[in-house]
Amino acid sequence: MLASALLTGLGLGSMYGLLALGFYITYSVSSTVNFAQGSSMMLGAVLAYTFSVRLGWPLTAAAGLALALCALYGLIVEALAVRPFARRGSNAWLMATVALGIVADNAVLFTFGKEPRGFPMYFAGGLTLSGIHVSWLQLAIPAVGLALAAALSVFSRQTRYGKAMLAVVQNPDAARLMGINVPMVIAAAYAASTLLAGVAGIMIAPLSNVHSDMGTLFGIKAFAVAILGGIASAWGVMLAGLLFGVAEALITSFLGSAYTQILSFTLVIVALALMPNGLFGRAQAKKV
Amino acid sequence: MKKILLLLAALAAQPAWAQDTIKIGLVTALSGQSARAGEAITRGMQVAIDELNAKGGVLGKKLELVRRDDEATPAKGVIAARELLFKEKVAVLFGGLDTPVSLAIVPIVNEGKIPFMGPWAAGTPITKNGAKDNYVFRVSAVDEIVDKAMLQYSQKTFGAKNCGMILVNNPWGESNEKGLTAALSAKGMKPAGIEKFEGNDVDVVPQLTRLKQAGADCLFLVGNVGPSAQVVKSLDRMGWKPPVVSHWGPAGGRFTELAGPSAKQVHFVQTYSFFGKLSPVGEKVMKALMAKYPDVKGPGDVTPAVGVANAYDATMLTALAIKAAGKLDGTAIRDGYYKIGKYEGLIKTYNKPFTRENHDAVNENDYVWTQFIDNQIVPVGMHK
Repeated sequence: MLASALLTGLGLGSMYGLLALGFYITYSVSSTVNFAQGSSMMLGAVLAYTFSVRLGWPLTAAAGLALALCALYGLIVEALAVRPFARRGSNAWLMATVALGIVADNAVLFTFGKEPRGFPMYFAGGLTLSGIHVSWLQLAIPAVGLALAAALSVFSRQTRYGKAMLAVVQNPDAARLMGINVPMVIAAAYAASTLLAGVAGIMIAPLSNVHSDMGTLFGIKAFAVAILGGIASAWGVMLAGLLFGVAEALITSFLGSAYTQILSFTLVIVALALMPNGLFGRAQAKKV
Repeated sequence: MKKILLLLAALAAQPAWAQDTIKIGLVTALSGQSARAGEAITRGMQVAIDELNAKGGVLGKKLELVRRDDEATPAKGVIAARELLFKEKVAVLFGGLDTPVSLAIVPIVNEGKIPFMGPWAAGTPITKNGAKDNYVFRVSAVDEIVDKAMLQYSQKTFGAKNCGMILVNNPWGESNEKGLTAALSAKGMKPAGIEKFEGNDVDVVPQLTRLKQAGADCLFLVGNVGPSAQVVKSLDRMGWKPPVVSHWGPAGGRFTELAGPSAKQVHFVQTYSFFGKLSPVGEKVMKALMAKYPDVKGPGDVTPAVGVANAYDATMLTALAIKAAGKLDGTAIRDGYYKIGKYEGLIKTYNKPFTRENHDAVNENDYVWTQFIDNQIVPVGMHK
């Protein structure tokens, strides 16, 4: 039972982590996040399904266009729901991003329909570990998540653009004076964030069902994971995702499903009470 | 001007019996996920109404169907029900695809003293609503009876001795948890385990592993089509193939597309199937459906069949109740339902289907066990 719980937990956890990386990207650059990250994930899955199954395009083309549209959606989120408020120092972007997510969910409900649809499995086959069949796709999700976390970590610390992004969050005015196009960097971060959510959506779709509501619970859990990991660390977010997934699976396996939501979220609160900056985050000195 | 106003007021105050037709109302989901089910109910009612009207109608008047969409939400259902009851002045209100919508309408009809007929929603408290003066009837499955039938079927068909429950974590799952536990304890049995899962869960392996380790030799599944498919996919991943006896959730959508080839392993309850040798009434209804709706070319196109069958029988029984009442008065029609004797219907031959104590016409002996073969719901064993 332990082995099967671990396998399930790592699989689920890497999905949360992958989605939560989107929170990390925008937070690192602008100290804001798209609270409706779950809707961006759903958009990736719904668009890829529409292009590949309904229109019969090859999966690569379908996924490519779906991801491009997800990135475009990120730009829209930033321009409509974040920038107008953040510019005035208001925190109303919190509500505005949630509202835009609800609009997206309902727009999909009207156009795609309420009926859940099955996304064909594109990585057929897999292997059997301790009696549980694990598909290649389930193995690919943590691999992609960890690779992205590594890439983001290297990008932000080693490259010129990455450093520019970090400079924006540390001191936007100084960054602007240094010739960094601050609004563009923030917009790009939002595009990258929703693109990542789209990747998560397309990878999760064959394991789940495609429908307008598929991202809601995922989005909430991913946000819990992002905070738990210390939102300013790519590695931290991904590892917190894995921890959360494993905790969920262990609680379900050993105590029963009645306790899963109660205990897993209680654990998040306890962890944050003990470590307010998250498991892997560092306290940021606020210079006045 | 004054005369016109008086005339309008008189028209607005016109009671049901003064109308040229007898209006039968229907509040159901006609858009969204359940639109097909709402359409099935419409077709069942319309075919019955056409048949009755061809024979001159009831009490010398033609019947007329008036529909409203509740979009599967109780608030919209209540508004639609009020409009049909008090503005359209329907003689009988049909409806409620979803249990919460029906439960919201129940107090209005009991207060307004107009019969409410349920052709779909299975929640036990819809008909057993505790009202002293109960106007709610049903020709459909009932959760607590389905639960008894699920146990009976698992024992008879699979020789199951230790069944586990895997239930969606919502009021429907809860209602069936109570019903299944009661059905088991009536036979001096206990469940191997009771596990819940969320409607959006991707992986149900941990819950199923617990049931497997508890020695479950069969599973009782309650969930809508999407969540039910996730349970089947998780069973596949575990390589575990216990018999799965399910409520009718899988019938609500594209179960085979969502759950994959193992979808056919799930046996679920229905009240009727148009496949196989049909009774004379079955043949008559099938012919009428094919004549009226060009997209119906065979039994596979009558989906969900339960919606059509329940609605057809419910309309016919309602016509008998109105006839027995002799007038379009809500209380008289309600009492008319109690006076119905023998009636050869689609689902079965009814014999005194309603009494003051029992407002449910269909019971565990009337259920049909079915499975998905490709995209069609067929009785178990019909497909070799």
